[in-house]
Amino acid sequence: MYFWNEVKEGLIIAFRAIRTNKVRSVLTTLGIVIGIVSVTLMATAIEGVNRAFDKSAAAFGPDVMYIEKWPWVSNEDWSTFRNRPDLKVEYADRIERQATLLNAVAPVMNTRRSLKYADKQMEMALITGTTASYISASGNSEIDGRFFSEEEATGGRPVCVIGAVVAENLFPTEDPIGKTIRVAGFPYTVLGVFEKQGGLFGQFTSDTRVFIPIHSFQSNFGGRRYVMVQVRASSMSVLEDAKIEVEGIMRSLRKAQPGMPSDFSINQQELLTQTFGPISLVISAIGLFITSLSLFVGGIGIMNIMFVSVTERTKEIGIRKAIGAKRRTILLQFLVEAAALCLIGGIIGLMFAFPLSLIVDKVLPTAMPISVVFIAIAISLTVGVVSGFLPAYRAAKMDPVEALRYE
Amino acid sequence: MNIIELKNITKVYDMGAAQQVAALQGVDLVIGKNEYVAIMGPSGSGKSTLMNIIGCLDTPTSGQYLFNGVNVSEMDDNNLARIRNKEIGFVFQTFNLLARSDSLHNVELPLIYAGISSTERKERARRTLEHVGLGDRGHHKPNELSGGQRQRVAVARALVTNPSIILADEPTGNLDSRTGEEIMGLFEDLHSQGNTIILVTHEAEIAEHAHRVVRVRDGKVESDDVIPEAKRKRYAVKRAS
Ligand SMILES: Nc1ncnc2c1ncn2[C@@H]1O[C@H](COP(=O)(O)OP(=O)(O)OP(=O)(O)O)[C@@H](O)[C@H]1O
Ligand SMILES: [Mg+2]
Repeated sequence: MYFWNEVKEGLIIAFRAIRTNKVRSVLTTLGIVIGIVSVTLMATAIEGVNRAFDKSAAAFGPDVMYIEKWPWVSNEDWSTFRNRPDLKVEYADRIERQATLLNAVAPVMNTRRSLKYADKQMEMALITGTTASYISASGNSEIDGRFFSEEEATGGRPVCVIGAVVAENLFPTEDPIGKTIRVAGFPYTVLGVFEKQGGLFGQFTSDTRVFIPIHSFQSNFGGRRYVMVQVRASSMSVLEDAKIEVEGIMRSLRKAQPGMPSDFSINQQELLTQTFGPISLVISAIGLFITSLSLFVGGIGIMNIMFVSVTERTKEIGIRKAIGAKRRTILLQFLVEAAALCLIGGIIGLMFAFPLSLIVDKVLPTAMPISVVFIAIAISLTVGVVSGFLPAYRAAKMDPVEALRYE
Repeated sequence: MNIIELKNITKVYDMGAAQQVAALQGVDLVIGKNEYVAIMGPSGSGKSTLMNIIGCLDTPTSGQYLFNGVNVSEMDDNNLARIRNKEIGFVFQTFNLLARSDSLHNVELPLIYAGISSTERKERARRTLEHVGLGDRGHHKPNELSGGQRQRVAVARALVTNPSIILADEPTGNLDSRTGEEIMGLFEDLHSQGNTIILVTHEAEIAEHAHRVVRVRDGKVESDDVIPEAKRKRYAVKRAS
């Protein structure tokens, strides 16, 4: 109770002092304002990068496994993987027949070719040959129109499903469905358009890809290519078991002896988040550290002005002590003043940072995390208390007689 | 019961470079309850130094100071602050009011440090200001008041906590004789209500109000005389009531 009385009195004194020295207070607070703006914007940008990363990682599907010759991430020498045998398209069928924990299995082959529709062109688009199972074997399934059917795929029909960016480029004004595009000269009729995914790993998302039946792919673009088998667990809960099952089936297909290492890799989204998570954490920490330097400079400004304020008010301190203010009371008074200055700076900083974060949002989809607001307020209070401490301590330990004599 | 007992008090100021000023050189002084003491002496004799020690604003270099029987040199900052707040009312020659605060807030201030609630504070400050005849000057800042009015605000501030002792270091030094007399009238009232009053002055006329005169010279008590009833000066100017 007594403590809050002192804080309240400290606040009244602080606001009176701030009002009498308006220009000085504004200039000092500016340091904190800039500090808070840069720290909160940095936090907002980091949030944006994290969101983009999460979104991109989500495009791989959390329950999808990619069986490949190469691992996505590895600490080992790449030459150990080079001698592995290539995967075959037939593996997909074999896995599908034996597996019990999988939702779908689809072989995937890729190449880069140019696209053409009327006078529109697109160079080096990613062409993917796969089966009808792809749609249930991948994480992304939102389609305007439809994916190709089993019959169309095995019959090698010249049909395709295109990504959102491909659709934007080739059909800026028309509805692509039913139109025939040319993939390196071969005609393919568009059955559907994938919804836009965005994200950082653009080429892995459906956005810039054209999906065609795998038989058509093999006959038009050749069959001796890198093959990947994409499988999807029937649910997240059986993901680990499904992985063990797939590994077992693959090893038996490859006739691997027990104890021998597998000569293929099972890649997952998790690998990416595990690898890039810590990296993005380090980058975030460095970014926040650098921007918080500006806050530190702001804190030094506060400390400086508090020293000036204490010296100017020596006589006042003497009077207060003479009529019964304790050291602690004087300390608290100046701490409250420094904290109030910083808090005002922090709040003004947030008021600037919020509209700026909306601009950042235009470039990198993000939102100022609500926690940042509280953290910024806590930080500005802390900066105030820390940088106000030395000046306040000097005021508190002043000798009352000498302070009263000060002119 | 003695409120103040000073035993062989010295105060030495270190000026650096082996230079020392002995402001007090062994002062013995006992002051009892409801005494009215004037301390006199030439300039530089150590009067203010002595007052500051009595008022717990300063600590002696050596010697013993018992305040209400308690050894002051063994007290920590919190206790000293509490004594300054509750037991002692200080009135200074230069008023020492907070320049940016109005009279009411200046008078209220000791009550804030005493931890008294806001409504009670305001009420007591208002009543005390009325008591010194400044009921209509509550919202005036010090620079909007005359010297005598400022000193009355300072007296009100000293009184508001109901201290047992009023210490006044040349309270009339910056006032003309008429205004000085008015302030002395306030002290006389306080004394008759049972307060102990110690005041420093170099004006014989002011000292004549007191019941006892202590003369200080070169940091020592030179003489200590009780003024007989007949010789005491009574408050001459009629107070506006
Ligand atoms: N802070 C200080 N540092 C050094 N010397 C001091 C200090 N304060 C007082 N003195 C010295 O102590 C002596 C007594 O000073 P004090 O202020 O008590 O005198 P005083 O009797 O009140 O004089 P006056 O009537 O002029 O107010 C003086 O010689 C003064 O120079
Ligand atoms: Mg003096």
